[in-house]
Amino acid sequence: MTAVPARRHEGLYFAIRNGKLLAGLVVLVPLIVLAVAGPMFVEGDPNAYVGIPASSPSAEHWFGTTMFGQDIFAQFLYGMRVTFVVGLLGGGLAAIIGMVIGFTAGYRGGLVDEVLNMLTNIVLVLPALAVLLIVNAYLGIRSVGVQALFIGLTSWPWAARAIRAQTFSLRSRDFVDLARLSGVRTWKIIVREIAPNMSSYLFMTFILLFGGSILIAASLDFIGLGPSQGVSLGLMLNNAARWSALHLGMWWWFVPPGAGITAIVGALYVTNVGLDEVFNPKLREL
Amino acid sequence: MRRYFGRKLLVYGLTFLVAVTINWMIPRFMPGDPVQSMLARANVSQPAAVEAMRAHYTNLFGLDLPLWKQYGNFWAALFQGDLGTSIWLFPTPVTDVIMRAVPYTLALLIPAILLSWWAGNRFGAFAARRKWLDNTVLPIGYVLTATPYMWLAILLAWGLGIVAGVFPVSGGYSFAMRPNLSWEFVGDLALHWFLPFVSLFLVAFGGWAIGMRNMIIYELEADYSTYLSSLGAPQRLIRRYAFRNAVLPQITGLALQLGVLVAGALVTEIVFSYPGLGHLILQAIQNQDFFLLQGAFLFIVVGVLAANFIIDVVYVLVDPRTRTGMGGEAA
Repeated sequence: MTAVPARRHEGLYFAIRNGKLLAGLVVLVPLIVLAVAGPMFVEGDPNAYVGIPASSPSAEHWFGTTMFGQDIFAQFLYGMRVTFVVGLLGGGLAAIIGMVIGFTAGYRGGLVDEVLNMLTNIVLVLPALAVLLIVNAYLGIRSVGVQALFIGLTSWPWAARAIRAQTFSLRSRDFVDLARLSGVRTWKIIVREIAPNMSSYLFMTFILLFGGSILIAASLDFIGLGPSQGVSLGLMLNNAARWSALHLGMWWWFVPPGAGITAIVGALYVTNVGLDEVFNPKLREL
Repeated sequence: MRRYFGRKLLVYGLTFLVAVTINWMIPRFMPGDPVQSMLARANVSQPAAVEAMRAHYTNLFGLDLPLWKQYGNFWAALFQGDLGTSIWLFPTPVTDVIMRAVPYTLALLIPAILLSWWAGNRFGAFAARRKWLDNTVLPIGYVLTATPYMWLAILLAWGLGIVAGVFPVSGGYSFAMRPNLSWEFVGDLALHWFLPFVSLFLVAFGGWAIGMRNMIIYELEADYSTYLSSLGAPQRLIRRYAFRNAVLPQITGLALQLGVLVAGALVTEIVFSYPGLGHLILQAIQNQDFFLLQGAFLFIVVGVLAANFIIDVVYVLVDPRTRTGMGGEAA
């Protein structure tokens, strides 16, 4: 190694040299742009009947049309947006719950830790999708927001556990003791002293929760328990399977939505590993 | 060790309690009246018939009793194996319907979980720190683990089932056959089993391979590895020690992943109309058969808890630290 990067730019220095991080972002950023801006270029309702039913991809309908003549490309763009929204809200909520419980349990210790740990373990072994099946079937989920809310409420435990373990190892450090001795309030210590020291870890936890939420939402949509309004990638798969696109050979109906989900989640995972290598000096390959 | 199992069993017991309570609570406290919506679904117009049905359903749920009594009765019925009567397959008891489906789900899940875990770990350990394998094959692992289970199932059904015509794409066995103990039938079962199994296996395999690869790299960085290699130990030996250490978190990971794997099996079964629990759940949802849905839910929870317990036992056998009470990861 010749140039020694300045301490402040060290992260950036390794970030732009990390193949995994770059590869992940190269896939992710265009997809985000597509999901944000794409629907603006689609006129009207993505579920409108606009073309000849069951036609294969053409210049007019890039991804072809469904059995009923809906434009699959329009549905895809809207579905991508919904997918990101579910990931953001569900993953975000799970991250927040995980952080609150993880920090509290790890920092306070004692009885609080025992109780929160028990709660975490219970939610952890409860199979999330099975709980969501029951809840969604009875309540009849109508909006993406509500779906994300329930996903967030069930998928936080492993994050809480991991954050608790990290907090545990940080709380007896000298700088935390010093802050405590000088009378700083508990929440301030957590926010100002502990959280910044594991910020990269928290961010990566959020990324994994984001990807997980997307996959759970897709499964629910596919089973037919997704939001009853609008489109989503999982719902497109559900429709394709329900109207036997498989047997009719309409591959353009079921390939794009699944490829979209795989691309988003895969890129998130690869980005995550890249970030891990950037933040953790031990993993850097020079 | 007694403390370890005591804690685990307490968690599982409480989880079961929570699951049963959720099951009991949701129909009773959800917005709207479940009896009313069932009556609406039945679409009966005669007022006398409506009244009779209302009385029947109210009685069935025991909604006229005080809440604590309803809750007690719910548990009592549960311990007698009574999960209610299926509406979809009226008047078969839910327990029977589920029992018929469970063997199919287990036959898919158990081999898929065990084989993918074993193969993924082996492969991940092998690929770690080997340049070309790491750079070519592991990206495939990331794609596999990010693939939604149902999508891979659909692709396989389409590619190998419909286009190539090698495998059947729906059902647990051919419609022309009746279940019997002949080689022909067993072969037919295996043929129908293969594609759902492969799609479950592949997605899970990707996850294990990546997890193992990352763990091995951590272990090869550890002090004991450096010490071993400075003593001049052969690379093979160091890797063997690294593997033994890296496998422990993977066992914990298996327990964490169980819920996801079960979910994957459910949607895969739906794609292939495989007559297991997933297919049952779909039918229950489409036919608004809430007793069946709740029964399936409880069954899945109990199955996951049992599997968790088995993994705890395995962990004790594999990691000596848990036996001597020195802690270790899962303590």
